[in-house]
Amino acid sequence: MDKPGKLIPVPTAETAEFWAGCRQGELRLQLCAACNKYQFPPQSFCRHCSSAELSWVAASGQGRVLSCTVVHWSPNPAYAAEVPYSLALIELDEGPRMLTNIVGVPPSEVRTGMQVAVVFEQCSPEITLPKFKPR
Amino acid sequence: MSRYRLRGCAAIVGAADTRVGVVPEFTSAQLQTQAARLAMADAGIGKEQIDGLITCNASVERGPLKTFHAEMVAELLGIAPRFCLTGAVGGALPVLMIEHAAAAIAAGLCHTVLLISADNLLSGAKRRVPMPEPWDDPQFEEPYGPTTPAMYALIARAHMDAYGTTSEQFAAVAVACRKHAAMTPGAHKRTPITIADVLNSRMIADPLHLLDCSLVSDGGAAIVITSAERARDFSKTPVYFLGAGEAHPYLSLLHAQSLTVSGAVESGRQAYAAAGVRAQDIDVAFVYDAFTPMAIIYLEDLGFCPKGEGGRFVQGGNIELGGALPINTHGGLLSYCHAGLANSIFHITEAVRQLRGECGARQVAGARLAIIHGQGGRASTHGTAILGTQETL
Ligand SMILES: [Zn+2]
Repeated sequence: MDKPGKLIPVPTAETAEFWAGCRQGELRLQLCAACNKYQFPPQSFCRHCSSAELSWVAASGQGRVLSCTVVHWSPNPAYAAEVPYSLALIELDEGPRMLTNIVGVPPSEVRTGMQVAVVFEQCSPEITLPKFKPR
Repeated sequence: MSRYRLRGCAAIVGAADTRVGVVPEFTSAQLQTQAARLAMADAGIGKEQIDGLITCNASVERGPLKTFHAEMVAELLGIAPRFCLTGAVGGALPVLMIEHAAAAIAAGLCHTVLLISADNLLSGAKRRVPMPEPWDDPQFEEPYGPTTPAMYALIARAHMDAYGTTSEQFAAVAVACRKHAAMTPGAHKRTPITIADVLNSRMIADPLHLLDCSLVSDGGAAIVITSAERARDFSKTPVYFLGAGEAHPYLSLLHAQSLTVSGAVESGRQAYAAAGVRAQDIDVAFVYDAFTPMAIIYLEDLGFCPKGEGGRFVQGGNIELGGALPINTHGGLLSYCHAGLANSIFHITEAVRQLRGECGARQVAGARLAIIHGQGGRASTHGTAILGTQETL
């Protein structure tokens, strides 16, 4: 469980299915039946083609690092207590991008292009956060 | 594409900065009204001649100043403008609003606009807000601890990976801005620094060192914009609005098409087309230097060098006074003032001083054309404006 002061997501009607998946150890994305594109973050219609024909699918949970940094300073004490930590922008194999922390490796060893796979970290009874580790 | 009708329709006839840097005795609203009074004094007019007001929101304000910002500033100034607008797109805002003011004047909504931006991220935030409000997506970004420098570090790292840009090249931007601030009375930080100083300053978010990051300051500035026709009657040499462009390709980095090619390509293309000039015609450039790599990316994207060569372009004094393209001659956000939101106002007032020939030791000789690029968010929203002297009309 995370320390107080960290920002814990509050699911909405559009995102509840995503967070339910995380609780069950599954990374879920929306798939558009009209244009066949995957969507993240979730919303009630497709950003690519405006169709509302979206379904939830289990993603591979695999992707690669597009860019990364090591955070050495934060104005938020809860995060400042954990520096240095890795922050990365990743692209899932299905296309959508996620901001995440790369774990299971020293932050200084994370590299652009690194192949990563999802891991789940419970941070409250309701919320389990997807993070990524090298694969 | 519709025809651009605003070239030369309006001019800046007043421009002024408040005291900047550490100004704990004033709220952001007081800085706004001070900036307004100084700009009206510079223009040589009274408040009764202002019939348009555009204000830029401040990061530290809450309550009515958040929702009715321009109205509250109007009340404090004792004016009741026909055209009254609060803008909110962060750092790009003042640059975008020059064009909105010109459009309002050209459309006959008003004849003389006061454009103000002031904020006090340094003192106001300490006084009123325990911690900056989170900026990023509360469900899908904030939980991972993204600081503002860290989000820009992702852009910086991507540029290094794609083009081999180095930390020394980033540092050259900080050194140039500090050199210029040392020549600017009142700038927040004026002690000269070296490349080694930047590289030895503490790491904030790899690869960004402390001295790669903009300051945290207090301050404000304002300009008076009027029709080109009226501008002839003002005491100060008019600085003409030649054209502008804007681009809003995304808000979150999750939706950025590219980390290394910015919306400045599009906003710059529009601005050059509107003004009828090219990058090689520009005498002095003002680029949004919230973090050193961003100045490099904007110089590339505005066409001053080929994509990927910005790191080499900023080396060897090329962007310093006396170099091929002096940038941010007041010291920019890195050394003059970074007050919170809407900081491109200081780039605008310095551009006006350069085009009036008022800059003394830091004057770019014969400056006729200036470009200003502002950005907001996570390098996500962009405004580019081109200003010129009468001979460029
Ligand atoms: Zn679709």
